[in-house]
Amino acid sequence: MDRPANPGYDVIVIGGGVVGCAVLRELARYDLKLLLLESESDLAEGVTKGNSGVIHAGFNVPSGSLKARTNVAGLGLIYPLADELGVPHRKTGKLVVAMADEDKSRLEELKAEGDRSGVPGLEIVDAAVIRRLEPLARGRWALYSPHTGIISPYEFTIALAECAARNGAEVRLETPVEAVAFRDGLFAVSTPKGEFSARRVVNSAGLFSDEVARLAGITDFTIVPYRGEYLITDKDCGLRLSMPVYPVPPRDDPGLGIHITPTLEGNILLGPSAEPVDDKRDAASTREAMARLKAEAGRLMPGLARVSFIHSYAGVRPKVVDRTGRDKFGDFVVEESAVRPGWINLVGIESPGLTAAPAIAVMVAGMIGAGLEFKPRPDFDPAIPPRTRFAHAGDDMRAERVARDAAWGEMVCRCEHVPRAEVVAALRNPFGARTLDAVKRRTRCGMGRCQGGFCTPRLVEILQDEGIAAERISKRGAGSELFFGRVKD
Amino acid sequence: MEANASHDVVVIGAGPAGLAAALGARRAGAGSVLLVEREKALGGILNQCVHDGFGLFLYNETISGPEYAERLAEDVAREPIKVETGAMVLDLSPDRVLRVNTRSGYGLVRAGAVVLAMGCRERTRDMIEIPGTRPAGVLTAGAAQNMVNLQNLRIGREAVILGSGDIGLIMARRLTFEGVAVKGVFEILPWVSGLERNVRQCLMDFGIPLELRSTVVEIRGRDRVESVVVARVDEGLAPVAGSECVIPCDTLLLSVGLIPENELAKRAGVELSPLTGGAVVDQTLMTSVPGVFSCGNVLHIHDVADWASFEGFAAGASAARYAAGERPAGGTVRVTALPAVKYALPQRLTRGTGEVELSYRVTRPLRDAEVLVKGADSGKIYARKKSGRILPSELQKIKVRPAVEEDLEVSAHE
Repeated sequence: MDRPANPGYDVIVIGGGVVGCAVLRELARYDLKLLLLESESDLAEGVTKGNSGVIHAGFNVPSGSLKARTNVAGLGLIYPLADELGVPHRKTGKLVVAMADEDKSRLEELKAEGDRSGVPGLEIVDAAVIRRLEPLARGRWALYSPHTGIISPYEFTIALAECAARNGAEVRLETPVEAVAFRDGLFAVSTPKGEFSARRVVNSAGLFSDEVARLAGITDFTIVPYRGEYLITDKDCGLRLSMPVYPVPPRDDPGLGIHITPTLEGNILLGPSAEPVDDKRDAASTREAMARLKAEAGRLMPGLARVSFIHSYAGVRPKVVDRTGRDKFGDFVVEESAVRPGWINLVGIESPGLTAAPAIAVMVAGMIGAGLEFKPRPDFDPAIPPRTRFAHAGDDMRAERVARDAAWGEMVCRCEHVPRAEVVAALRNPFGARTLDAVKRRTRCGMGRCQGGFCTPRLVEILQDEGIAAERISKRGAGSELFFGRVKD
Repeated sequence: MEANASHDVVVIGAGPAGLAAALGARRAGAGSVLLVEREKALGGILNQCVHDGFGLFLYNETISGPEYAERLAEDVAREPIKVETGAMVLDLSPDRVLRVNTRSGYGLVRAGAVVLAMGCRERTRDMIEIPGTRPAGVLTAGAAQNMVNLQNLRIGREAVILGSGDIGLIMARRLTFEGVAVKGVFEILPWVSGLERNVRQCLMDFGIPLELRSTVVEIRGRDRVESVVVARVDEGLAPVAGSECVIPCDTLLLSVGLIPENELAKRAGVELSPLTGGAVVDQTLMTSVPGVFSCGNVLHIHDVADWASFEGFAAGASAARYAAGERPAGGTVRVTALPAVKYALPQRLTRGTGEVELSYRVTRPLRDAEVLVKGADSGKIYARKKSGRILPSELQKIKVRPAVEEDLEVSAHE
């Protein structure tokens, strides 16, 4: 193809994780033609879905680093943004506990680092205060961070993209970038679904950001994938954790250490392990890590040693190594390429990228605004209409909904109390995500204790009612189809 | 659905136990009975059990699951029992107020007595902590049975089955009929969890290999299952290093146990037994919450549907009597299971109760066994039963005839 087949865009964002979607939504404030390309079958399918869902305050990263600056700035942005988008979240506070007096100095180091970065409200507290703040935790001393919180990373990401889409941005799923050319002052981005051209490109391809950069001739980075495994308890395990509890960060570990985090729904997340893997998509769980997680959990919270877990998962983090190899696991890269002006790389965005995403988005908008002339859209709507889940609605609201539309009266998921109306709404999402995992992320169908045993057959029926042939029903896109046709024709 | 209705007896779940409970309540004189079922049809899990083998004890012949359901449903239809299908009970309070959601409305229902008959759910991959990837093609045997039998869908081409529960054994045969290559059934224990007749009729008759003392230690394949790794286990059930074997397949079915589905019971504050996963009940099948009764697989896992139905008739009758104002008089004694007996049920008896049948299961296969029901204080033998062979897969019964005046202990000896 010599000429771009599609009308040009002002900006193409590559990658539909939390960072790409935050950038898309930030740019949607302006009079720009926007396109986001995602290789997977849904948004948030990569780095975004596999973490602890913690809104970090910013004391775990070196002051002065871009990680610290975007984290602290993001902390100020993310709460009002989540409110605006109707994304469930909670400012819980957080404890970093030291089991022994000799570790108190490590807490003081963390506090000093956080104070230098402008993290608000940090305090060193003693055992009595730990017990008052979180009766399930134990420790001699703790660093208490009152502004830390929790949020669902994928719900946040999907809401950011939905807000952008409502303001005119386009999103294409299952559209991997295969080649990039530079012609007539435009980037020509080739995908299996055609070529798209744009004046600016934002590379937020997460684990694959090094490979995407290479397509544009930029060879500055290598991503080293690090796998983190998690376990999740049943909501009814009898333990109610009110805030994340972390150990003193291990010195020999590139992560924050195995910690426990409440989810908004009342489960407890335990993890992550941290180990380098060869394959960027290797999100397998291992027997060794599961055993280590449980042993560690028992130390932080003795009661956890006895509970049962309903699910395990793993996430892969993109650790960046620069070309020299010296800056191992370095800072976030947020920069316009020197060799390819107009191409912006967002590379190595691991923790605290979820919290930092709104701040990174503002930075990127500033970088693009410096070169392109554009003006705010007067009709930009920063919010999306609020939705109360049926499971959380009161009796009157439930009765009113069922009276209005019988699809609210047909329960699909017995564990999480999801009615058909919510499943159908999820399937009609503006991005065309039609997989079981897409429904699961949007509705919680399959996230409960039966892990889809009850709802999967019902979802299969509803997907077919919505016009998807049985053979095309998949867990998460091509290759993960559930069925090989009919038993009897 | 009629909102803010009141009924003498409300039965939650219309499987083999719940259908019988509604009939039992009616026959014991309950004026108004409401039967609530979340599926569109009555029958519960019976509807996907298209194989034979039901009804031997209730109807003296063997019929398929759907036929068994139909017979009970016809009996229900002959009675003035109010039936709500497509209706899910979302909440049950200790004072027996239910929140019910149906396509025809959402509302509160008050009950003079409640019978819990919600059945069970299947243990999942994560409960047994199989490491590996998370591809499509890993599913529980019951979910597979639903999609094959009720939705006519081909779930795989080459399958491995982990666990030797009855549904897994039945599905091994079913998949073989449908041209799916079943490469083997792997069971971590030294004995089969399902019934012996199913091992014969579903595996041996089709030459499907059964490996005891072995399990799946890893699932491989990014998008769809590509293979599983199986390994032998030692006495402590830990995988034996070096015994791993990779089996290419695109489907892994799990038949690794059933769990009574007691979420509503928990909401109502019902005391649950860690041994059964179901409610602690007395001889009337009443739980620790007055007016709330339990029967079928939500009480304890049964081997055949008929026993669940018999329990349902009894629970329904008790609920009707409770709704009419009858209350058990006197203190209670406890029934305890001793080693080799996994549990005995009911766990509580009103002092002075006689002519009561205890259900129990053993923890391991026993040969030339004697089962004893003994008074904990006096050492008196209340009941005794000899048996050439007792299997953990079979639900056992023993009748206690004398009036019971002390705590009982149920034990089994070889």
